[in-house]
Amino acid sequence: MTIHGTALLSLCLLAGLTAGRLLGASLGIDADIGGVGIAMLLLIGGCQLLERHGLLPPPVGHGVTYWGQMYVPIVVAMAASQNVRGAVAGGWMAVAAGLVATAAAFVLVGVLVRWASGPEPS
Amino acid sequence: MTELARQTLTANGLLAAFVVVGGAMLVSSWVSRWCTRGRVHPSAIAILLGLAAAAVAGGPRGVADLPLLSGVGVLGGAMLRDLAIVATAFGVRPQEFARSGAVGVVSLLTGLCVAFLMGGMTAWACGYRDAVSITTIGAGAATYIVGPVTGTALGASSEVVALSIAAGLVKAIAVMVVTPFAAPVIGLRTPRSAMIFGGMLGTTSGVMAGLAATDQTLVPYGAMTATFYTGLGCLLGPSVFFMIARGLL
Repeated sequence: MTIHGTALLSLCLLAGLTAGRLLGASLGIDADIGGVGIAMLLLIGGCQLLERHGLLPPPVGHGVTYWGQMYVPIVVAMAASQNVRGAVAGGWMAVAAGLVATAAAFVLVGVLVRWASGPEPS
Repeated sequence: MTELARQTLTANGLLAAFVVVGGAMLVSSWVSRWCTRGRVHPSAIAILLGLAAAAVAGGPRGVADLPLLSGVGVLGGAMLRDLAIVATAFGVRPQEFARSGAVGVVSLLTGLCVAFLMGGMTAWACGYRDAVSITTIGAGAATYIVGPVTGTALGASSEVVALSIAAGLVKAIAVMVVTPFAAPVIGLRTPRSAMIFGGMLGTTSGVMAGLAATDQTLVPYGAMTATFYTGLGCLLGPSVFFMIARGLL
């Protein structure tokens, strides 16, 4: 059933967020630390476990993949509900941060590709 | 009649949001196809449209402050956003990733460190001195998801969260546009180099669109490492990177 997939997804997120808050509290920070990342690991692990036991028929998967496909529209809605006027004041900073990070990453891709293809050519 | 329609839209805010966002996605796919010949991915145009709409609306919660579009705030709120991000991890196989060897892990960790470092340094250069804002903007320089997730977790202000999204968006668009031209220079030809590229840049829409414009067959390899980037960033951003930033300040 499709709802089983969505239930599994929601369970992973709830567990991840709780774990993230617990991790935060244990470090003395009143914040969620990596809850979404933990939830992703739980989902990957959980799906593999279910698949191995043949408990992951396509309809269950649809209950998860629907939300994965809603990712971009949800990000668009998120962007549309931000305080953009406030950000525009320092807008060039956002452009600078994005461009500097991109340029540095491109340079390092070149370095890593050369390094990786040295000892073991692909 | 108008009053009746207004009442229906206000009472069914989430449905109105589905229609509005769906329409924005449709327009974006047209703009992408006809105005940029598919070089700029529709999702980047749609996000840009969203940010522009929020700027026009002008409130602290963007278009969600308009009663007719309050549902957009629900659709784009933390709950559904986190649900959708986690769902994208479905079907990712850690074994496949491990097969690409240490180089994938190295590129992921290097890519995240570089993004946080460069974004954080830019924020510092622009006068931000608190660890929460610097970490959030550094996270935005990773991807436009890591930014708001980190910002929300750390309690950053909405302006800083919006800045982090804008930084991530600039990066995604830059990757889409620059990749086809930079590919020969950085040696982006093989599946392995695509995995390094995905792990280093991390912005899924940017990586996928950039690789698609370079060589279609490289897309799944880049996407595979890129899907780890946002999750790893969400894990490390509000924890390790925040603590490093707090320790340095």
